[in-house]
Amino acid sequence: MSIEELHRQHYGRILASLIRTVRDISLAEDCLQEAFALAIKRWPVEGTPANPAGWLMTTARHKAIDHIRHRTMADAKHQDMVALSSPAASTPEPVDTLRLIFTCCHPAIALENRIALTLRTVCGLSVEEIARAFLVPPATLSQRLVRAKTKIKLAGIPYEVPADDELAERLSAALHVIYLVFNEGYSSTVGAQLTRADLSAEAIRLCRQLRELLPDEREVAGLLALMLLNDSRRSARMDTDGNLVLLEHQDRSRWDRALISEGTQLVPFSMGGGPGPYAIQAAIAALHCNAPTSEQTDWPQIAALYTILGRQIPSPVIELNRAVAVAMAEGPAVGLELIEKISLPGYHRLPATKADLLRRLGRNREAIAAYREALSLVSNEIERRFLEQRLAELQRS
Amino acid sequence: MPMQYLLLIYWDDSLWARIPTSDRNRIHQACGAWHEELVQTNRSRGAMGLQPAATATTLREESGRLAVTDGPFAETREVLGGFEIIECQHLDEAIAIAKKFPGLRDGCTVEIRPTVAGNACQD
Repeated sequence: MSIEELHRQHYGRILASLIRTVRDISLAEDCLQEAFALAIKRWPVEGTPANPAGWLMTTARHKAIDHIRHRTMADAKHQDMVALSSPAASTPEPVDTLRLIFTCCHPAIALENRIALTLRTVCGLSVEEIARAFLVPPATLSQRLVRAKTKIKLAGIPYEVPADDELAERLSAALHVIYLVFNEGYSSTVGAQLTRADLSAEAIRLCRQLRELLPDEREVAGLLALMLLNDSRRSARMDTDGNLVLLEHQDRSRWDRALISEGTQLVPFSMGGGPGPYAIQAAIAALHCNAPTSEQTDWPQIAALYTILGRQIPSPVIELNRAVAVAMAEGPAVGLELIEKISLPGYHRLPATKADLLRRLGRNREAIAAYREALSLVSNEIERRFLEQRLAELQRS
Repeated sequence: MPMQYLLLIYWDDSLWARIPTSDRNRIHQACGAWHEELVQTNRSRGAMGLQPAATATTLREESGRLAVTDGPFAETREVLGGFEIIECQHLDEAIAIAKKFPGLRDGCTVEIRPTVAGNACQD
């Protein structure tokens, strides 16, 4: 395994264990960086050690001892010295990764700082890579990392896996960070070396790791399934001009079958015992992904799943999605009745959906008015062209 | 190393003035019991309830002259109504204590602030 691969796979794990012993994120980062630098210099000459990850951890630990010794001769740090010089396992412990994830995703840290710190420490991405992915200057990203670390230190955020009664809430905060990272990559197109799409891959990798650590948590499986299923449609989501293509118009032969199969397999487990919002969304995505056409989709079940989801997270967008599914399952008139009750000011999809249902009911005059309203709100170019086309068809008839 | 946190309890004075006396007594009692438990378990380092913000006096220096004015520092709807100083191991423990503050159900807001330990002011 090359040092780059080793860095990729083990950086976060080694760092997590190192933080537990040195109790200082910045110091642990610096020491691990030095250990990697030393490895790059020595390994090609002296050969790779038998346990490379263990070598890096031990070397970094010794560096940390030196740093603390130099930093202070006072008794105050004596405790730290004792903790550091006591023999420790030379392989990173998985529970340390869990500690690191929960610390980085603590709700007391501002959201953007949480995301930055998680990608930097747990995923081991460089400041430049993260900055490029989020389209912010590296200095801004560095500042976010400093703020996150200062908050952890001064506010006394513990390096612990939350207690059982807090776990569900804290886990949902961690999953939220992972899903935001995924969507940041999913909703974008291209970039330089680290494309924004890689953020989605990074989120999936992180969620896989979390699933290994917490195999009994159904929402972790649910989020992983949801991301895999959404990711399966990535290449079909854009046309050759880089415009968004709606689900119903996508070329389904371009969907990634391997991802669909992996995601779908996770759904039954994640849906067990009072499913959470990620599991429900994954189940909906699985129904879409496994349907041969839009018409042959199991719309009644999707409508039922949106009903459950709407009870957990009351939101007009979920209501709108439910209305679309009901319209597909039970006909446009029933869907329209639901749509009339939804208030979503400024969101083009509401009048656009309404226009489509009115058109299908033959109420052309009202449909034209609704298309015009949707056009006044839409910002995406391909959706605009689609709506204009529909409007023109109606005006001709 | 144990940490000390100041729990700042904010509420809406005007709302407080409007609620019936029986409810006020109930809230006072519940908050008192919450504080008492912190004392019994040796986690409280002092606490106080404050008179309404209208009773406040604020001092600040303006262009070289000390101004003494009536009322709180900031004219906001939610004002400082009391505080509790606690000692515990870390923020999660402080959050767990603050979560049990009964006033939260009656519209209070609790802000948790770590105190400056020794001379470690900023990193």
